[in-house]
Amino acid sequence: MSHSSQHAPAGGGLQKILETNSILLIVGILLLVSVGGIVEIVPLFYLKNTIEKVEGIRPYSPLELAGYNIYLREGCYTCHSQMIRPLRDEVERYGHYSLAAESMYDHPFQWGSKRTGPDLARVGGKYSNDWQRDHLRDPRSVVPASIMPGYPFLSRTPLDGGHIAEQMRTLRVVGVPYTDGQIDNASADLSAQLSADAQGAAEMQKRYPNATFTDSPSKAGVTEEDALVAYLQHLGVSVDFKIYDDKANIR
Amino acid sequence: MERTHPIAKQLTFGEKSLSAIFFALAIATAYIAINAYSSAYAFHASLFSLGSIGAVIAIFLRYRARDAAPAPLMIDGRPNYNYGPIKFASLAALFWGVAGFVVGLYLALELAYPALNLDLPWINFGRLRPLHTSAVIFAFGGNVLLATSFYVMQRTSRARIAGDLAPWFVMLGYNFFILIAGTGYLLGVTRGHEYAEPEWYAILWLVVVWVIYLLVYLFTLARRAEPHIYVANWFYLSFIVTVAVLVLGNNVEIPVSVFSPKSVIVWAGVQDAMIQWWYGHNAVGFFLTAGFLGIMYYFIPKRTGRPIYSYRLSIVHFWALIFLYIWAGPHHLHYTALPDWAQTLGMVFSVVLWMPSWGGMINGLMTLSGAWDKLRTDPVLRMLVVSVAFYGMSTFEGPLMSVKAVNSLSHYTDWGIGHVHSGSLGWVGFVSFGALYCLIPWVYNRRLYSLKLVNWHFWISTIGIVFYISSMWVAGIMQGLMWRAYTPQGFLEYSFVETTEALHPEYVIRAIGGGLFVIGALIMVYNIWRTLASPAVEPARDVAVSPIPAE
Repeated sequence: MSHSSQHAPAGGGLQKILETNSILLIVGILLLVSVGGIVEIVPLFYLKNTIEKVEGIRPYSPLELAGYNIYLREGCYTCHSQMIRPLRDEVERYGHYSLAAESMYDHPFQWGSKRTGPDLARVGGKYSNDWQRDHLRDPRSVVPASIMPGYPFLSRTPLDGGHIAEQMRTLRVVGVPYTDGQIDNASADLSAQLSADAQGAAEMQKRYPNATFTDSPSKAGVTEEDALVAYLQHLGVSVDFKIYDDKANIR
Repeated sequence: MERTHPIAKQLTFGEKSLSAIFFALAIATAYIAINAYSSAYAFHASLFSLGSIGAVIAIFLRYRARDAAPAPLMIDGRPNYNYGPIKFASLAALFWGVAGFVVGLYLALELAYPALNLDLPWINFGRLRPLHTSAVIFAFGGNVLLATSFYVMQRTSRARIAGDLAPWFVMLGYNFFILIAGTGYLLGVTRGHEYAEPEWYAILWLVVVWVIYLLVYLFTLARRAEPHIYVANWFYLSFIVTVAVLVLGNNVEIPVSVFSPKSVIVWAGVQDAMIQWWYGHNAVGFFLTAGFLGIMYYFIPKRTGRPIYSYRLSIVHFWALIFLYIWAGPHHLHYTALPDWAQTLGMVFSVVLWMPSWGGMINGLMTLSGAWDKLRTDPVLRMLVVSVAFYGMSTFEGPLMSVKAVNSLSHYTDWGIGHVHSGSLGWVGFVSFGALYCLIPWVYNRRLYSLKLVNWHFWISTIGIVFYISSMWVAGIMQGLMWRAYTPQGFLEYSFVETTEALHPEYVIRAIGGGLFVIGALIMVYNIWRTLASPAVEPARDVAVSPIPAE
């Protein structure tokens, strides 16, 4: 058997140079595969209209951030998107289409790629805390035809919140505008979000406007379920679309 | 080769330095394990520590057992090929393949019967799904690519693979990465990027392994007797180099602490989305396509005994394919908050990409010119050829789905899942099976136990794939249409959960299809096991197997 490459040095002089020198071959490959990525990615960092200016977006509170961590850990993004497309049925089903600014503090983004379950970009405030807890513990108790796994263990697992300030500090390095006050009070704010009567609840809400209290039923401290509920209740509630001007950012 | 002076046995530089590095790593990771923030991370650091100690022991045991002189490059004027690492990777591929397929089947059953999640953290859908995707893509596919590339680089260069410990380091190191990644998902360690879930420390390790892999490849090519680098190697090299770029690009992250498994990626939201799908789509393009085209370009000509159909076509489609693929990522983000200009670029290049993809398909299929009759008698060749047909089908479907109007229907639905599986089961799976059916008998000097069983494997798996992809077409298009259905009064006709309910029959059919695919793979494992258990045959086929030297 013969390989035609060994018989026919066709393809012009350049090809002959490349296929007889492995270093030039990989340099050629690197050059070609760089172009598309550079053209599509680099402008996103400097074109101002990539992320529109919107009022109301703030970094996650410590409890919400802990909930976001659990959302990632359990792979919720494998079945739920957080990206409402500007299509009639989606806007009617889920609410205003998603803005780039709404995920500007998500490291990583959680837009998702599959809707085995519904989109969650605006699920915040849509259901009560109790509904969310029942649904997480036993989805079919509230939605009989649901195929979501149950997460009863979240309500039994104490939240490991000891390192949340460290994560907030790291997030500040990559551009999330946490203040010193927010980082210093991270663990206090964490438990302050459990109920409106909790110690420091008012200060927490000053630092994190719009933060939803989770009405924790547990007396034994913060659970993972509390954190996840706090995160879910915050999804999509930052921007007030009654005053949002969608013409202001037109490109 | 003269060997009159007996050489005193000494530790080589590589043996000494590698043991020292592993010794240091064992101590450092033991320290991290003691101070780890979470039990999952402590477990992983302990695995690193134990693995490093194991590596030091293995190096010394190997030293005691080996000859004083290094393995000769040539024996009797023939290359002294090194098949050990290839044997390991091809059996590892079978193991991970079956494991990944079984996890996939369990996931399919969880979607049809959610009680199977058992309310447990470790096996809920969200944690198992990354295990499935990583096991089939990176563990099964990765080991197939390692095994075949180590074979192809040696045979087409007519030279022994470069390095003594290095090839083993690549094999074992890569599989250790898989172990860390896979157990991490079950324990909840993840970056939350699809197909890029492994955390920072697993990625650091992978980068080291990958650099050594590239060096082994380049140093082996440097030993080649032929001036021209055979086309299969172009594809393997583009796979290795580009995957390195993609992994580095998508993992620019800062660990929360050296004692924490968690890291924070530098970019967020829309930029993160674009970079993730630049990575994600090109993991398909360069891991699952370019790498496996390398397999096609070696194993189909070898198995048919015919040269590649067109050298010129292979040049054109190679450079066009790698240039165009990189642009296609944004088609995963149609109608999202990604700027329209990027979406449009992604769509246009995805459609253009159809051409070089089919260039590869044509080159693979037409290599059978004059040997089509072999499809009737050789089920291994049939597997290889049908894989190329599936490649053609899914690279037509892909551009179709990347058109925005189609994507508005197909995105977020099971059509995407079906599309991925026609490519992965049909193309990647079959070309891997075909290559392993060739490769394992070659490197073990065995005759394949049963072609009849290959035939059963082929048909059962093919029927399984048809069940799988057609049920997902129906499920995806149906759900997409139900989501956008309106009543005459202008209200949305279906609630979300009504569309979920409607999918149940398709989910059951999909699980049946996946089950058939698993059965096919188990038949293969039995066939390979019987092959290895059979007596060795004389490796006298060298004349037929090695390429004719260049004039």
